[in-house]
Amino acid sequence: MNPASAAAAAGHGRLAKSTLLRPWAWRPSAGATPYFLLAPALLVLAGVLLYPLASLLALSFQHYGLRQLIAHSGEWVGLDNYATALRDGFFWKVVLRTAAFAAVNVALTMVVGTLIALLLERVHRPVRVLVTAGLVLVWATPVVVAVDLWQWMFDFEFGVINWLLTHIGFGDYIHHNWFANPLQGFAVITVVVVWGALPFVVITLSAGLSQVPRDLIEAAEVDGANPLYVFWFVVAPILRPVFVILATLSTIWDFKVFDQVWIMLNQRPAADYFLLGIYSFSESFRVTQYGLGAALAVILVVLLAGATSGYVRHYMGQLGEEAS
Amino acid sequence: MSARELRRIGWDAVAVLFFLLMIFPIYWMVTTAFKPGRDILTLTPVWVPLRPTLDNFAGAIAQPFFWNDVLNSILIVSATVLVSVGLAFLAALAVARFRFRGRAAVLAMLIGIQMVPLSALVIPIFLFYDSLELVDTLLAVVLTYLAFVLPFMTWTLRGFIVNVPVEMEEQAMTDGCSRTGAFFRIVFPLVAPGLVATSVYAFIQAWNEYLIAYVLLRSGAHQTLTVWLASFTTSHGTDWGGLMAGATLTGLPVVVFFLALQRYIASGLTAGAVKG
Repeated sequence: MNPASAAAAAGHGRLAKSTLLRPWAWRPSAGATPYFLLAPALLVLAGVLLYPLASLLALSFQHYGLRQLIAHSGEWVGLDNYATALRDGFFWKVVLRTAAFAAVNVALTMVVGTLIALLLERVHRPVRVLVTAGLVLVWATPVVVAVDLWQWMFDFEFGVINWLLTHIGFGDYIHHNWFANPLQGFAVITVVVVWGALPFVVITLSAGLSQVPRDLIEAAEVDGANPLYVFWFVVAPILRPVFVILATLSTIWDFKVFDQVWIMLNQRPAADYFLLGIYSFSESFRVTQYGLGAALAVILVVLLAGATSGYVRHYMGQLGEEAS
Repeated sequence: MSARELRRIGWDAVAVLFFLLMIFPIYWMVTTAFKPGRDILTLTPVWVPLRPTLDNFAGAIAQPFFWNDVLNSILIVSATVLVSVGLAFLAALAVARFRFRGRAAVLAMLIGIQMVPLSALVIPIFLFYDSLELVDTLLAVVLTYLAFVLPFMTWTLRGFIVNVPVEMEEQAMTDGCSRTGAFFRIVFPLVAPGLVATSVYAFIQAWNEYLIAYVLLRSGAHQTLTVWLASFTTSHGTDWGGLMAGATLTGLPVVVFFLALQRYIASGLTAGAVKG
């Protein structure tokens, strides 16, 4: 759900492994203490996350419309909601669109992020400091603010982008409405997402690059390896864990993109702009079909779990080691 | 000048170009906020605000519910940060320093639960608070934010605590410290950066959050700033100057906090991500 969580998780997981974990040595039976310490946090998590998660699942098997909302109780309909969704051609279009959108955004973020991180290795120090400062400023910009400012940049009438494109010579973009064509609209949303995601990726990769032993790279260069070769066979393997974490995190964020689409299209995105999260939300809160909306949300969670399963397995394995 | 140095200057130029591309949207937002209307709504962009004005800010502040929503944002963020740091610290202590039945399950849950997207849970969360008649209350939002920041905060703080060797505490106790004393003198100072980093994290998450606030807070007087920003767009179009001023004001606290504590965030969140 956040920029750094898994990166940190990864780091601490690894550190933890090397640190000797011991119970309080002077008090062999800790007894109930850990449970008391955990209780408040677990209570909140159970109440506000686990219970809703369970009720989301339950809701997805119910018909839950306006009448059920007023009565606070749904009607069980078994797998009907899933059947409705899966039989609908529009649903598959949305799933495909969501996957394609996420794939393009993750790929762009990772490729551009890597190139910039490599670039920062090659520049003078003041330039690196300047770029890093800029990245931090972008990183600190709230998503909602970012969407609003890009909306202004891409405004069809007075947007600075239309003026720039026209005057640089890309054609006539005066009064060009970017959102008339969903493909162009998604291109704009991609710009917003990638712009917002780059700082974290570049800063994390830069930190990673600085840990790659210099003599390894120099040795390869002395042996006559070209820069591409050095990156692919020397640097990339060392950075593999960082790449995996960043790609997984980006997948999670880009799969569940919501705010960017919702706010960019003034809270009324047309069906052409539905990603799975938007579709689920819209079915629930616009069409008042909470049951169908819940089924769509469950499908989103399952797809996300599938897309990131390798990563999750990696962590579960690590936890297993630690617990034994 | 050597070819190598020339190439390096070339890379410098590329990097500066990238910097300008990244930073331009923010420059454009802030300068638009300071421009008079006729310099905003113009077909030829006015690149530098030569006639700076505070009108847009005055307009934004005069927008209905601005002060209400500032107060709401502050209340929600303070409550979320204060409570979450306390709860996360206790929970982190439990998983970092004790072995107990179910510990692995708790750790697994802390990671797994972060995968569940907010937009998927917003439906049952809304129905849950609706049945409790808590919709449109700040309490509902704070409780939800707590649950969403706790897993990451607990996990991060656990890392900080684990890295303080138990031997250090034991040593302090052999030297005559009580258990609590050893904790506050030895562990606490070492974990403090973690507490700062996780507090900032909670602050930023709660301040920036949009969807939950949008769904749960129905009336204008109960909303937060991120939701309030939509009020600049009406059926007559968008008041761009006002929106950019409002967006600048909304982003400012986060940027200030972020820049002030960037060192902690970077070291707290990316430390060790490469080792392994």
